[in-house]
Amino acid sequence: MNATRRQWVNRVMMGLTVLATLVALVPLFFILSNLLSTGVKALDLNFFTQLPKPVGEPGGGMANALVGSGILLTIACALGLPLGILGGIHLAEYQKSRITFYTRFMADLLNGVPSIVIGIFVYAILVIGMKSYSALAGGVALGLMMIPTVMRTTEEMLKLVPRMIKEAGLALGIPYWKVILFLVVPAARKGIVTGVLLAIARIAGETAPLLFTALGNQYWSVSLTEPISALPLQIFVYAISPYETWHQLAWGGALILIGMLFVLNLVSRFSFKKSRGR
Amino acid sequence: MKNLFKNLMKKTAVAALALCLLSTAAVAAESLLINGAGATFPYPLYSKWFAEYHKAHSDIQFNYQSIGSGGGIQQITAKTVDFGATDAPMSSGDMSATDAPLFHIPTTLGAVVVSYNAPISGELKLSGEVIANIYLGKITKWNDPAIAALNSGVTLPATDILVVYRSDGSGTTYVFTDYLTKVSGAWSGKIGTGKSVKWPVGIGAKGNEGVTGMIKQTPGALGYVELNYAIENKLPYASVSNKAGKFIKPTVATVSAAASDVSKIPADYRVSITDSAAAEAYPISSFTYLLVYIKQTDAAKGKALVDFLNWAMTEGQKISPSLNYSPLPEALVAKVQKTISEIKIK
Amino acid sequence: MKLKADRLFEGITRLAALSLIGIVLLMGLMLFVQAWPSMQAFGFSFIFGSDWDPVAEHYGILPIIYGTLVSSFLAVLIAAPLGIGIAIFLSELAPPGLAQVLGMLIEWLAAIPSVIYGLWGIFFLVPWLRQTVEPVLIQWLGFTPFFQGPAYGIGMLAAGLILSIMILPIISSITREVLKAVPLEQREAALALGATRWETTRLAVLRYGRSGIIGAVFLGLGRALGETMAVTMVIGNRAQIKASLLAPAQTMASVVANEFSEATGKLHIASLVEVGFILMLITLLINAVARLLVLRMGGEHLK
Repeated sequence: MNATRRQWVNRVMMGLTVLATLVALVPLFFILSNLLSTGVKALDLNFFTQLPKPVGEPGGGMANALVGSGILLTIACALGLPLGILGGIHLAEYQKSRITFYTRFMADLLNGVPSIVIGIFVYAILVIGMKSYSALAGGVALGLMMIPTVMRTTEEMLKLVPRMIKEAGLALGIPYWKVILFLVVPAARKGIVTGVLLAIARIAGETAPLLFTALGNQYWSVSLTEPISALPLQIFVYAISPYETWHQLAWGGALILIGMLFVLNLVSRFSFKKSRGR
Repeated sequence: MKNLFKNLMKKTAVAALALCLLSTAAVAAESLLINGAGATFPYPLYSKWFAEYHKAHSDIQFNYQSIGSGGGIQQITAKTVDFGATDAPMSSGDMSATDAPLFHIPTTLGAVVVSYNAPISGELKLSGEVIANIYLGKITKWNDPAIAALNSGVTLPATDILVVYRSDGSGTTYVFTDYLTKVSGAWSGKIGTGKSVKWPVGIGAKGNEGVTGMIKQTPGALGYVELNYAIENKLPYASVSNKAGKFIKPTVATVSAAASDVSKIPADYRVSITDSAAAEAYPISSFTYLLVYIKQTDAAKGKALVDFLNWAMTEGQKISPSLNYSPLPEALVAKVQKTISEIKIK
Repeated sequence: MKLKADRLFEGITRLAALSLIGIVLLMGLMLFVQAWPSMQAFGFSFIFGSDWDPVAEHYGILPIIYGTLVSSFLAVLIAAPLGIGIAIFLSELAPPGLAQVLGMLIEWLAAIPSVIYGLWGIFFLVPWLRQTVEPVLIQWLGFTPFFQGPAYGIGMLAAGLILSIMILPIISSITREVLKAVPLEQREAALALGATRWETTRLAVLRYGRSGIIGAVFLGLGRALGETMAVTMVIGNRAQIKASLLAPAQTMASVVANEFSEATGKLHIASLVEVGFILMLITLLINAVARLLVLRMGGEHLK
């Protein structure tokens, strides 16, 4: 193979990689621009303040879905943050513990379980158990999905904290648990927050686990034991409906959801950068 | 240095949780929420009923999830909702699976129409046999001789018929297949009746909403939906020939005609009125039912349910025609009101 | 010498870790128990039977497994070359600033929720396929069994395309990490011998990172197998085995989403749970293999 031929091959292959990148960016461009142009038309004051109206009546909104998503995420965090962060602390700071291997293993397993299967599990336990669809069930399903991400990130961030800090604390006679809680964890807090924000971003858009746990609700509901609406759920129901007004609302909801997620992603990325760059 | 983020997050979560619980108490004190789920067939009507009822009784809210008749039956059996809704009456097997007896309360009548998206000038006429053959995959093109024979003078396109069916457990499917079983030997032998069947051809969509959406967006599509969905979305639908041999357009009147013989309706209201022999009857008509437990264990919810059912028999019936549903025959209303009075509240 | 408080704190963290283990074990157990009636009734014929018939209460999921595998493989077929190409471009060719920006943009594809992909799929991708792409495919490639049948728009092709967009960021970002982990000496050795950029990449980097890249592809496959919302909105919900990519199909996650809340009859529910259980096992297996491959590259930081 002579040199020119090899140069050619080189150019072609490298050109292909550029092409691959451009090809990948094309759907991103289309999705975002379609989302923006179609969704922005649906966003008026009604959207944020009104409840869904019966079919055919104009002026409905997705206010309850926005609130519902907020409540579900709060419940999810109530479950996912303590288990995830404390579990991550255990993995990072108690290396001699016998269960660290199994914990990491199970966390990986849980991470790979399709979200709909988690929905089935929570349905079997909570919805059947409580004899009702509920916000609690939906929140628990989402919370379970958070745990592996939060646990893994907490562990990694804690491990990055320089040993000096721990050793200095111990050398001063501070009990180990105080060293962890008041010295190491705060040192890693920016990274942990990043992990939490990313986990929230991931579950905020989940629909499948809510299908048979939170079920959905056309009214205002802040009750934990009743079905509740959620943004991705409503988007799904409206998207597969035949009504133009509902399609509009779906696009509006999608735009808000994406906006929220991108903000979360950007904030976590930049806050993390700041902590590393120190 | 106690400024721990983790601690803060936990505190915020606890505070938020407390807030939720407090507002639960507040909301619970203000209004009663009654949950139901089931058929998509009557959803536009129920949606309007619940909204109107709420205007008159602002402390009671009905939350209805339109997930299909199969879902309605399953959820009321599991008692995860306060009432169910179905077009397909529960089978005796289904009924024995509940741990307490329940009533089928007929609420309204509706039509399952064959809607389509094809450039056909004028009205499309179909017979039961032809519809069955389309869904069996024996008729694949719009200008098939069997369809042309029924529609002389109408130009039919030479394109494929894209068949759409319900992918979820559906009362509408039950009514539709019940009709096809009665009018087509091939269908009854091969497929039969059910909320969910093994469709020989076509694509599945979820709910009456999904099928309507699919028809609307897919040129050449044909599917079966409840009348109101086709009208709301300005989709054309076919006239179907009935047992008396006439081509009948589905309307409030022709659907009522299918239920005109009240004597044929059994005491528990579980009946099929498809392929009715009445001269002006639309052949694919059906009752739709609310499923409620005879013994209501929650006094407040039970009282609200009974009150709503009575409202549905009087005020509700007046609303039905405006959404293209047929009100129940008057003789039947009297019977249903008596049944409602037999619901025991703890 | 541990204080009581130390032991208490350690106990609390251990409890958290144990709860996780407990939850996962409970999940596996619950799914198995709920699926048992179906396993008992059908045994292995569940997997090999072609008959998903809720009316006759007879359930066989072979066509649904087919739909799951074909749509996912189609997605991987499209996304793997693209993802690897992007990774090569970003780690070998692009200037660091550009690489970071482009990398972030590709990551954004991963942040878009499944339901929004489905929404976009229904209103933009499917009509485009139905009106523009599929007629062309039928015209030019209709003689092969892969492009026969009416142009629904909805179907295997739509599902495969959307899945490929969704798994692209996973394959690309993990491959990028794998490529970064390749020691500099490998590259320098190749360059010293007079290799072109492409040759260096091919011989030194890709070969060295081969198992890691395969791992990345497997992870993408794992994600595609479990995807629910976007798929159920565009695949046509029809359990059948057809060679044509234009035909509607059904996947395991999608059938559960469609039928679960409405399944009447204990056997129907048990069968759906069994589908979920089998899906979970398959994705866990694929993910485990993937992780093994990636770790073999010798990267602790590649997790």
